[in-house]
Amino acid sequence: MFAVEVDNLRKEFFRRDATRTHLRKRRKRVAALEDVTFTMERGECVAILGQNGSGKSTLVRLLSTLLLPDGGSARIFGHDVVGEARSVQRLVNRVSVEASFFKKMSSEENLSYAARFYGMGPAETREKIPMILSRVGFPTDRKHEGMEHLSRGMQQKVALARALLTSPVLLLLDEPTTGLDPRSKLEVQEFIREVRRTHDATILLCTHDLQEAELLSDRIGILDRGRLISLAPAGELKEQYRADTLEDAFFSATGRSFEQEDEDAERGVFA
Amino acid sequence: MSVVPGPSSSLRHEAVSFAGVIERNWYLIKRYGWWELAFFFWSLANTLTIVYIAKGIKAAGGQIDVNRATTTLLIGAVIWSFLGLVFEFMTETVAWERWEGTIEYTFMAPIRRAVHLAGVGIFAVLYGVLRSAVLFLVIALMFGLHMPDANFLAAAIVLAIASVSFMGIGTMTSVLPLISPEKGAQLGFIAQGTLLVISGVYYPVSVLPDWMQWLSTISPATYALRGIRHAILDGAGITSLWGDIWPLIIIGVVAFPLGVWIFKRGEIYAKKHGKLKRSG
Repeated sequence: MFAVEVDNLRKEFFRRDATRTHLRKRRKRVAALEDVTFTMERGECVAILGQNGSGKSTLVRLLSTLLLPDGGSARIFGHDVVGEARSVQRLVNRVSVEASFFKKMSSEENLSYAARFYGMGPAETREKIPMILSRVGFPTDRKHEGMEHLSRGMQQKVALARALLTSPVLLLLDEPTTGLDPRSKLEVQEFIREVRRTHDATILLCTHDLQEAELLSDRIGILDRGRLISLAPAGELKEQYRADTLEDAFFSATGRSFEQEDEDAERGVFA
Repeated sequence: MSVVPGPSSSLRHEAVSFAGVIERNWYLIKRYGWWELAFFFWSLANTLTIVYIAKGIKAAGGQIDVNRATTTLLIGAVIWSFLGLVFEFMTETVAWERWEGTIEYTFMAPIRRAVHLAGVGIFAVLYGVLRSAVLFLVIALMFGLHMPDANFLAAAIVLAIASVSFMGIGTMTSVLPLISPEKGAQLGFIAQGTLLVISGVYYPVSVLPDWMQWLSTISPATYALRGIRHAILDGAGITSLWGDIWPLIIIGVVAFPLGVWIFKRGEIYAKKHGKLKRSG
């Protein structure tokens, strides 16, 4: 059984068109994901590379049951993300680019609350929260401080702790290091490596950091304008596109440089 | 090999999740303690403007039993404040989660939506009861109101039964911030305002036009207000309040499941159209 099995997955959104016809604004159908197909083995780490608006976050949201697909299917350890959403939810957790917490509540309170939804009682969280916080490098003497007083890097560490606390077998990381200072970025990356070593977790890492993708993953997928155009180990990708670097491989695969975002912004897909 | 926990742990899981919602809301109330105090003074001022009407009528030469009229108005104002708290709390909780971005984490967690919403609703009711009881007590003491026949236990039972319906209506209005994070919460005031007009909060339902009187028969607030007034002013017991209790039971049995069903429709709509994300 595959850990993740995605078959012709498709998601579309409507976007307002600036042009008007008879006082009505037109709505344009925009494909965020087009017939994406891939599989992941248990314990594997796959990085999905793509520019802003390429559909990375849409893929993560579909796999975490936060979006409903318009076509195709996705299964997590054999469970369909639409028909067996609760079974999938027990297996998956996610870290997104935005930490998203109740800012007035402390990290300990936020983590307790999140853990309750996964059936963890007070005795269990009292024991586990300090452990997991120290594992992610969060100073446990600050666990009573409101989240609003913590730096972006600290908040992201608490977000990692929230995801790990529920022992997910599939961890979805959606740009977990974007916006972090270099030191926090390295700490988070080291923690992801540690999770791979010590946990029986399958990891899907969506990023636009080429170095991060190469360092942390077994295979790298290139997602461009909603289409998964390649999925292979970094070495094979470079070989396939006769490139010296991953950036060159990305350029050859998509026909565009990695920083070029104009066309994606034009697509208006940010879900 | 299955990696999903079996159904044996399911009941415990739901109970822990339910307690988690209550616990979370308690943390938030604690963190906003001073604001809660400020809002209590607003409720107090609002209620005073209503209950002084009885004294005002007497001062203008009207024939009125000031003690009874003040108590009648006080019950209306306090129940109105209670309703406002329940609806606002339930709707704002969803709006708040949207604003903080935590709604995605709540919606991807393995918790039944009915359990999640019941947790939000029950906390809102408990908090509303506490604040409304303090409000009632403070104003009753300020005005030196006499309620020699009051059957507070019967009044509390009527309020408890009515609360199931109020939770149901609160659940229905809390779907609005899912669809429109900016204006959805404010739209909840429409439901609250409609109940204010048709339920006899400050005047008997009999003064309303026929079509409004018909609407009042499907409002749980109509029966709650009539029953509570009857219990506090006339000392009515549960047996004589049965005429108000059974409609409340029927409305409650329909309203909460209907509220959850409507909320689930809203959730499906939001998941279909990508409305849950804050950004990114």
